[in-house]
Amino acid sequence: MTTVTTTPTSGEAEAVIIRRAQPWWQLLWRDKFACVAAVWLTVLAFCLIIGPELLGDTATQLNLRARNAVPGLENGPMWILGGDPLGRSLLARLIVGARNTISVALTAVFIAMTVGGTLGMVAGYVGKWVSHVIMRLADVVQSFPSLLLAVIVLYMLEPRVGNLIIVLATTRTPIYLRVTRAEVLEIRERVFVDASRALGSGRFHILRNHIAPIVAPTLLTIMTVDFASVMLSESGLSFLGIGIQPPAITWGLMVAQGRNYLAQAWWLAFFPGLMIMFATLSANILSSWLRLATDPVQRWRLETHKKEEDDK
Amino acid sequence: MNPSTPSPAAAGKKPILQVRGLTKHFGASGGFGLTSRSKVIRAVDGVSFDLYPGETLGLVGESGCGKSTVARTLLRLEEPTAGQALFDGKDIFTMDGAEMRNLRRRMQVIFQDPYASLNPRMRVEDIISEPWVIHPDVVPIDQRPDRVRDLLESVGLRRDHAERYPHQFSGGQLQRIGIARAMTLNPQVMICDEPVSALDLSIQAQVINLLEEIQDRHQIAYIFIAHDLSVVRHMSDRVAVMYLGRVAELGTERQVYGSPRHPYTKALLSAEPTINFTNEMQSRRILLQGEVPSPANPPSGCRFRTRCWKAEERCKVDIPELVVQSDGDGHVAACHFPEPLSTGPAH
Ligand SMILES: Nc1ncnc2c1ncn2[C@@H]1O[C@H](COP(=O)(O)OP(=O)(O)O)[C@@H](O)[C@H]1O
Ligand code: SF4
Ligand SMILES: [Mg+2]
Repeated sequence: MTTVTTTPTSGEAEAVIIRRAQPWWQLLWRDKFACVAAVWLTVLAFCLIIGPELLGDTATQLNLRARNAVPGLENGPMWILGGDPLGRSLLARLIVGARNTISVALTAVFIAMTVGGTLGMVAGYVGKWVSHVIMRLADVVQSFPSLLLAVIVLYMLEPRVGNLIIVLATTRTPIYLRVTRAEVLEIRERVFVDASRALGSGRFHILRNHIAPIVAPTLLTIMTVDFASVMLSESGLSFLGIGIQPPAITWGLMVAQGRNYLAQAWWLAFFPGLMIMFATLSANILSSWLRLATDPVQRWRLETHKKEEDDK
Repeated sequence: MNPSTPSPAAAGKKPILQVRGLTKHFGASGGFGLTSRSKVIRAVDGVSFDLYPGETLGLVGESGCGKSTVARTLLRLEEPTAGQALFDGKDIFTMDGAEMRNLRRRMQVIFQDPYASLNPRMRVEDIISEPWVIHPDVVPIDQRPDRVRDLLESVGLRRDHAERYPHQFSGGQLQRIGIARAMTLNPQVMICDEPVSALDLSIQAQVINLLEEIQDRHQIAYIFIAHDLSVVRHMSDRVAVMYLGRVAELGTERQVYGSPRHPYTKALLSAEPTINFTNEMQSRRILLQGEVPSPANPPSGCRFRTRCWKAEERCKVDIPELVVQSDGDGHVAACHFPEPLSTGPAH
């Protein structure tokens, strides 16, 4: 519970309300949406780590009776979400597909964020000349339609998972770069940065201690939104045959393949699509929560949330 | 002659900081592209003064006259366009990295906006010990938590305030935290850029008292910036009055307030509501005409001439230099037709 104390302060007739800091899990518990999101992401992480090993070959097992089976229990619990045109369990394929889907998208987005964030900081805090070079490079990358760029590169290189990740990461990097640079340019003019410089701190100290902590939550938020678009780009490339190669599966590939059967078996595209949506939504909700929880000025919103409800 | 306080120079002291011809023009560098066409802002134009160990030099002038720019260039937050600033005989503007690091310990700053000058995401403990992260040899890591709390007590806060964040404090408390941070490296010179302007009147006095207390204890020299003369009078041993990027008058507190020689100083003083003047002086309130000209396009000759009631032809052509006044050494004013010396505060 919130402890509210009024403290007399240093002779100045001003009272300040203090709330005792709460551990993060209490803050999470108070935000029910964030809680559900966290649970869902945990489930996905579980699927990602042990899914394929747990299910063995259930995902590749053909069941001719269950070809394009309607969602339901008549073919057994594994076919609860229906079967694909070869009679394979859709549920099993979703679980197994989680590993490829999430690891490709996550790695790509993570690389894009790290590279873009670092270059953005450099462009925002180092001399004009370096900044110019970096920004023009970003212009070049962004001036190509990202799918076209990916097609060209993957067509020339081998369509391996590694190349796919690199291509996806490259096309997303400029966004992080621009956002980071803009934030750095703003933050570096703040008075507390001047104070730190007057104390003798160097660029690296300021970037690490004053700028990165403010930029990071913004980048994290973009990352969660980006997550979906990277999954969709990946599905597009996989659909064109230059992304993930069957028999390997991803949710995006499943949506792409399911499109042919939309009229007869809507669930083939619907459930993988739903998985993409839920994963993105959860990541998004959780990152908003994290943004509040890590900001000392905003944290009280999470802390008082419950109390206000009780008061009603 | 009235028995004026001798200036520190007369007392045979050596200045710790000598500023000579300090000039900062914004938009002057990088003469290519768009910048060459834009106007140069002459924020500071040839400012000179000395600062002696342990004294307080008040720096006064209307907002926009270049006080903060003087502070920021001395701290190398901005690079000067021209001029010298000798700290202990060594020019700040030509110091290399190691010398600058050393200077940072000896010269510190307090900013006007106490909330903006503290990182809102850092706990007070981390804010106050940041200087020791930058200069790790000053205080060993295991002693830092204790030292932070000692410092908090010495500026009138509580030890447990160390665990809090800036938004949990009032403006006056935040300024105390800023002062504690500036004290961590035991500076010899402290530049206070309008440290109380953002605070309530009742709290201003408390913060000023704290600054004076600290000065008594540690013999720090202050450059105390303010935009009105009354705040500075209380604090200062000597006062420099600035107008449009130049020093108009400089002297001991007694000289400047007792017998101002520059018309601008006189006008500022007559506008002060709280100071006890003789009836005669009160009756002669001088209202300045017009606006302060833009530092992008300052008047020729004397910069004050557009608002000066004594301006003559000569003021348009000749730039008045700071000239030593007859009421004792160290009192200088930049005016062709200085005010007569008043014979004493009571007249
Ligand atoms: N970074 C800057 N770029 C351009 N002009 C500036 C900059 N900083 C200050 N100035 C200008 O310089 C003049 C002096 O400003 P400042 O030193 O802040 O005045 P004060 O502190 O006396 O109020 C003002 O006209 C201001 O607009
Ligand atoms: S020099 Fe002339 S214009 Fe300037 S303050 Fe003196 S009398 Fe006024
Ligand atoms: Mg200022």
